[in-house]
This record gives sequence, structure tokens and C-alpha cells, in this order.
Amino acid sequence: MSVTLASAESTPFEIAQAETPADAHETPADAHAAQPAGEVHTETGVAHGEEAGSGVFPPFDQTTFASQLLWLAITFGLFYLLMSKVVIPRIGGILETRHDRIAQDLDEASRLKAEADAAIAAYEQDLASARTKGNAIASAARDEAKAKADAERAKIEASLQDKIAGAETRIAEIKAKALADVGTIAEETTTALVEQLIGSKATKAEIASAVKSVAGK
Amino acid sequence: MSNDPTHQFLVNKIVPIEIGGIDFSFTNASLFMVATVAVATGFLYFTTGQRGLVPSRMQSVSEMSYEFIASMLREGAGSHGMKFFPFVFSLFMFVLTANLLGMMPYFFTITSQIIVTFALAMLVIGTVVVYGFYKHGFGFLKLFVPAGVPGALLPLVVSIEVISFLSRPISLSIRLFANMLAGHITLKVFAGFVTSLSALGAVGVAGAILPLFMTVALTGLEFLVSFLQAYVFAVLTCMYLNDAVHPGGH
Repeated sequence: MSVTLASAESTPFEIAQAETPADAHETPADAHAAQPAGEVHTETGVAHGEEAGSGVFPPFDQTTFASQLLWLAITFGLFYLLMSKVVIPRIGGILETRHDRIAQDLDEASRLKAEADAAIAAYEQDLASARTKGNAIASAARDEAKAKADAERAKIEASLQDKIAGAETRIAEIKAKALADVGTIAEETTTALVEQLIGSKATKAEIASAVKSVAGK
Repeated sequence: MSNDPTHQFLVNKIVPIEIGGIDFSFTNASLFMVATVAVATGFLYFTTGQRGLVPSRMQSVSEMSYEFIASMLREGAGSHGMKFFPFVFSLFMFVLTANLLGMMPYFFTITSQIIVTFALAMLVIGTVVVYGFYKHGFGFLKLFVPAGVPGALLPLVVSIEVISFLSRPISLSIRLFANMLAGHITLKVFAGFVTSLSALGAVGVAGAILPLFMTVALTGLEFLVSFLQAYVFAVLTCMYLNDAVHPGGH
């Protein structure tokens, strides 16, 4: 509030104080409305004037200052000591413990995660190597079976080839024999034909050469 | 006398003590300073007794206030300012507890005494000045000479800086004091309306409803102000301490 407004009225506070109890019963609203205004002037007025003991606005009563300062120094000093020596280390310790614990737990969690990752990697590696091994075994078995089958087939083919060759030679033999027989039959037939046609027997050599010349064409 | 809104700020002697002609009596103000220390310390001490890895609700409140002030100070004054953490934390808890205790009916509000808030403000500024000179010697005076100001303007700027520095303890103490004082007077005035109006019979009771609502609403507002003023006090303390730690850079 305005300190400059002081001086002019220095008494209204006493008046207001004196009137208050009486007025309170008759026109309370007025009494209360008047009071704060009155005391505002008073506080400034009295503060700059002489301190008058009981009439002074209480917070500006300088007679209480020394005692308040002393007790504030004692109590606040004590409070500061209690805070800095007991309470703050205690709460700080609690918070620190919690931070440490959280950090520790986080470390533990990341360590476990790394372990789990390593286990997964090892598992996958095992799986991959097992798969390659399986593939190798399978392809070896397949190759072996194939080779065996090939050998079998080659053998069968060879024996078939032999049989075919044997059959072919026999066919050739029979053919040759048949062809040889054809000559004799032709000679006999020719002899008979000639005999029928001309009534005389041709010599065997003549007929043979005649058949040969025809067969040679 | 009970309707006098300033009655609640009266300092009464409980145990009269006088040393060397000066009155050092144990008063109701002293009693509530002791109560503030006891309540704040007791709360912070006993809620953290379990040292739970997973905090209980009350332990969370203590931890939150710790971290709240720690981050405020780190942002305000940097990591070098953290050596003032016990100081700022004590200030904040003391002012907050005193404000909140003052909200209880019949309780004395020690932060509504200008001498208390002024003493706390002087403690802050004194710390700034002493630490500033201790740490930086006369380099601390660079605080009043902002970098990059043309030579012609320098006297003007420096005088403004000096005045603003000198007005800090005043603004710091008056802000807290005036907020608490005005809030309590307003509450008392509105609550006084309720009692005196309702003494007037049926019409008065009807008329008392509005001030009653105002009283309830103001009570909520005052709790907010109690916290806010403690917060503002602590934030400004951090800013001023920043000047002591880093006088050159703004």
C-alpha cells in the first residue's frame, strides 16, 4: 500500500479500534467496511511516527522485532541444520538408491537380453549346420543310388547287347544258309524247267553258271 | 475485539525474557516458528522412515518436494548452485509450512510479520553478497555492469542495476508479507460478515450466504497463495543465487 499517503491522519486506527466493538452490534457491515481502510492509513502513519506499543498495527510493532529475530534465528538455524544434516542426506540417499537400483536392473535386463540373443544366434547356427549336413547326407545317398542304378542299367544293357549280337549272328547264319539253299533250289528248278521246256538234260555246270549269272545281277 | 481483523497478528508474550534491556520473550510467534520447524522436520523425517524403494504416498510427497527444489535450483543457478540446495530447501519448506500452518484457525501466521520475511530476505541477499565477494572478489561487481552496453549509457545502466539490486530484499520480503497479511485480513473480514449478519435474524442469515461462499472460496485461494508465495520466494532465491554463482553472465 502507498507509503506516501501517510502522515495526514495518524489517529484513525485508535478511533477505529475503539469504535469497532460498539459498532459491531449496530451496523456491522459499515464497521467492517471501514476497518481495513482505516488501518491501511494507520499502518503507514504509525510506522513513520512513534511506536506506541499496543496502538501500533501489530506487524509493525517494533517492540516485538528483537524477540522475533532471535527466535527466527534459533528456529531457522535449527531447521537448516536438521535439513542439511538429517533430512536431505536421507531423501538424497533414498533417491540415489533408487536410481542405482534402476540402473542396475536395466544393466541386468540388457545382460539377459544379450544372453538370449546369443542363445538364439547359436541355435540358428546349429540349425543351419544341421540343415547343410542333412542336405549333404541326402545328396550323397541320392548320388550313390543313382550310381548303383546306372551300373545296373549298364550291366543289363550289356547283357542285352550280347543277346542281340548273338541273335544277329544266328540270323545271319540262317540267312546265309538259306541263301545257299536258294542256289541249289534254283539249280534244281532250272534243271527241271529246262528238261520240261527243251526235253534234254542240261549239264550241271551249265545250269550252275547260268543261275550264278542271274543271281549275280 | 474478536472481530478486529488485525487482532490475529498480535504478538503475545508467553514466556517473558529480557536480556540487557531488550525484550527477547518467547511469544506466540516464537511458538509457531518452533511448530513450523517441528511439523516440517517431523513430516520429512517420518515419511521417509521406511526408506522404501517404492515410495508410499507420503514418502512421495517428501521426495517430490526434494526433487522440485533440486530441479528449480539446477535450472535457476546451474549445477554450481547446488551447494545452496540445503539453504533453498530449508527456506522453501520453512515458508511453505509456516504459510500452511497459518491457514489453520486460531493459528499464528509467522510469515505475516514483516520482520520475519525481511529477515529471511536479508538472509538470502546476505548469502548472495557474501558468497559473491568470497568467490569472485571484486569480479562480483560485474553484476552491475551488463556486457555490451555503450559507454555513454553505462552510468545510467549501472545505477539502475544497483537500485534494482538494493530493492530486491524489500520486494522479496514485502511480497510474501503483504500476500499473507492481505489474505488473512480479507478472510477475517468476510468471515466477520457471516457472523455479524447472521446475528440480525432471518434476513441477515440470507444475506450471510454470499460472504460465506466468499470465505470458502477465499480459503481455497489462500491455500493456493500459501504454496505460490513459498514457490515464488524459492524461485527468486534461486535467481539471486545465480547472480552470486555467475555474476558475469545473465
